[in-house]
Amino acid sequence: MDAIKIENLTKYYGKSRGIERVNLTVAEGEFFGFIGPNGAGKSTTIRTLLGLISPTSGRASVFGLDIEKDKEKILARVGYLPSEAVFYSGMRVGGVLKLSADLRRKNCRETAAWLCQRLQLDTTRKVEELSFGNRKKVAIVCALQHDPKLLILDEPTSGLDPLMQKEFFEILRERNETGTTVFLSSHILSEIQRNCTRAAIIREGRIIACDSVDALSQTSARRVTVHGSVVLDGLDGIRDKKDGPGTVSFLYSGDMNSLLRALAGGHISDLSVSEPDLEEIFMHYYEKDGDKV
Amino acid sequence: MTLVRHELRQGKISFIIWTAAIGLLLAVCVFLFPEMKGQMSGISNVFASMGAFTAAFGMDILNFGTLIGFYAIECGNVLGLGGAFYASLCAVSILSKEEKDRTAEFLLTHPVSRVRIITGKLMAVFVQIAAMNLIIYVISVASIAVIGEEIPWKELNLLHLAYFLLQVELACICFGISAYMRKGSVGVGLGIAAVMYFLNLVANIAEAAEFLKYLTPFGYCEGADIVTDGCLNGTMVAVGLAFGAAGVAAAYLNYCRKDIH
Repeated sequence: MDAIKIENLTKYYGKSRGIERVNLTVAEGEFFGFIGPNGAGKSTTIRTLLGLISPTSGRASVFGLDIEKDKEKILARVGYLPSEAVFYSGMRVGGVLKLSADLRRKNCRETAAWLCQRLQLDTTRKVEELSFGNRKKVAIVCALQHDPKLLILDEPTSGLDPLMQKEFFEILRERNETGTTVFLSSHILSEIQRNCTRAAIIREGRIIACDSVDALSQTSARRVTVHGSVVLDGLDGIRDKKDGPGTVSFLYSGDMNSLLRALAGGHISDLSVSEPDLEEIFMHYYEKDGDKV
Repeated sequence: MTLVRHELRQGKISFIIWTAAIGLLLAVCVFLFPEMKGQMSGISNVFASMGAFTAAFGMDILNFGTLIGFYAIECGNVLGLGGAFYASLCAVSILSKEEKDRTAEFLLTHPVSRVRIITGKLMAVFVQIAAMNLIIYVISVASIAVIGEEIPWKELNLLHLAYFLLQVELACICFGISAYMRKGSVGVGLGIAAVMYFLNLVANIAEAAEFLKYLTPFGYCEGADIVTDGCLNGTMVAVGLAFGAAGVAAAYLNYCRKDIH
C-alpha cells in the first residue's frame, strides 16, 4: 500500500496559486524528500494532506484513507512536525507533551521520556521561555511520541544545532528501519541527499521532478570556477557563464572528460568544482522542463 | 473532555479576574444600600425627575428605596455589563485565538474532528459562564444577608436567570463570529456587548425604538419589567436564544470547512 498518494491535487487561495495538479506517490517505508524553495507549495501540499486546508480540486489519500473523509483516522497514524512550532503560552513542556498524548488518547510517557533524554529537553521549562531550537524539540517529541506510521516533517532542522540535527536524523533513521515512512520537506539539498532514498522537487506549485535521490543528483550540474585563461569553445553543456577579470565561472552538465581536456589546455592558477547550490539546481530543472514553466 | 479541561485551564486567569471584579463590585454596591436607604426619599425623587436619563435605567418604574428596586438597577449595570463583556470576550476569542496565536496547527493536527473541537470549546465557554454566575449569585445572596435585608428570592432568581441567559446569548453570537475571525477578535467582542447595551438604553428612552428590545438581550434583562411583571418576557427570550442558536450554527458551519493558516 502507498503511504501517500496524491492525484492532481490543486489548491488556490482565492486567486493566488498554492499548488497545481500535484501528483506524487510515496511507498510505505520510504524515506522521501520533498524539496523546493520558499513559497513553492511544500507547506500547502502538507497542510492539505493533514486536512488543515481543503483542496480546490484533485484528491489524495494516506494509507488508502481519503484526506477529506477520513481525516481523523489519518491524523491518528501521522506524526507532524510543523516548520514553526508554537505552543500555548503558560504551559510547561511536560504539559504540552501530555496534552498532545491526551488528544490522541494514548499514553506516551515512556517514549516521550526517552525522546526528551535523547534530545536533551527539559520538560519542566515553560514553553514561551524556550528558544526556537528548543521549541522545535518539543514539536519533535510531539510528532514522534505516539509512534506514528508516517512522519511528515516540514523543514525539521531549522533552529537545531548540528549535534541535535545529527541526533534527530539518527532517530529518524531508526524509525525508518522499523518501518515508519518519512516524508521530509526541506529546502536544504544536502539534508535530502544524505537521508532520503527518493525525492520530488516542487517549484511554483508544480512537481518538476520526482526520482531517486541518486538520479536527481547525477543529472545535476557542477559549478566550475576557473582562475586563469582557458578556451571553452566546443564544450557542450555550459550554462550560466559569468566572465570576470581573469576568472570564468559556469554551470557544467556535459562530459567531464571533455571538460578536463579543455582545462588541461589552458593556463590555470586556481580551479574549483563544486556542487551547485540549490538555486542552481533549480535553474537546471527549470531549463530542462522549460516548456512546463 | 481533554479539550474542555485544557480550555478551562487556559481561561483560568481571565475567569478569576472577571468573576472577582464583578462579584466584588456587586457586593460593594449591596453594602451601600443601608446607608442610601436612610436618605432614599430624597434621592428617589431626584432620580425620578431626570427625564430621559431616568427612563433609560428604568428608574421611573422601580423604587430605589426598596432593596429589590435598588438591586435591579445596580445589578443591571454591574452584572449586566460586566457579565456581557466577560461572556463576549470569552467566546469571541476561543476559536480565533488558535489562529491568532498560531496554535491551530498544533491542535488541528491531532486526531480530533473539528466538530469535537467546536463542541469542546463551546462547552468550555458555557462552563465558565455558568460557574461565574453561580459564584456571583452566591456572593450576591450572601451580601444581602450580611446587611440584614430580607432576600427577595423570586425577583433575585429571575434577575440572575435573565443575566445568565443574556450572557449565553451574547456568548453564542460571539462564538459564531469567532469562527470567522483570524485575529483581533477582542475588539469585536467588546463592541458587540457595548452596542447591545446602548441599544437597550435607546429603546428605553425613545418610544419609536421600542422594537430594539427584541434585538438586544438587555431587553429581557430590564430590571423594571422583571420586578413589575414577576416573570421574564418569553418572546424576547425566545428571540434572543434563536439569535444565539444561529451564532452556534454559523460556528459549526464555517469552522468545519475553514482553511487554517
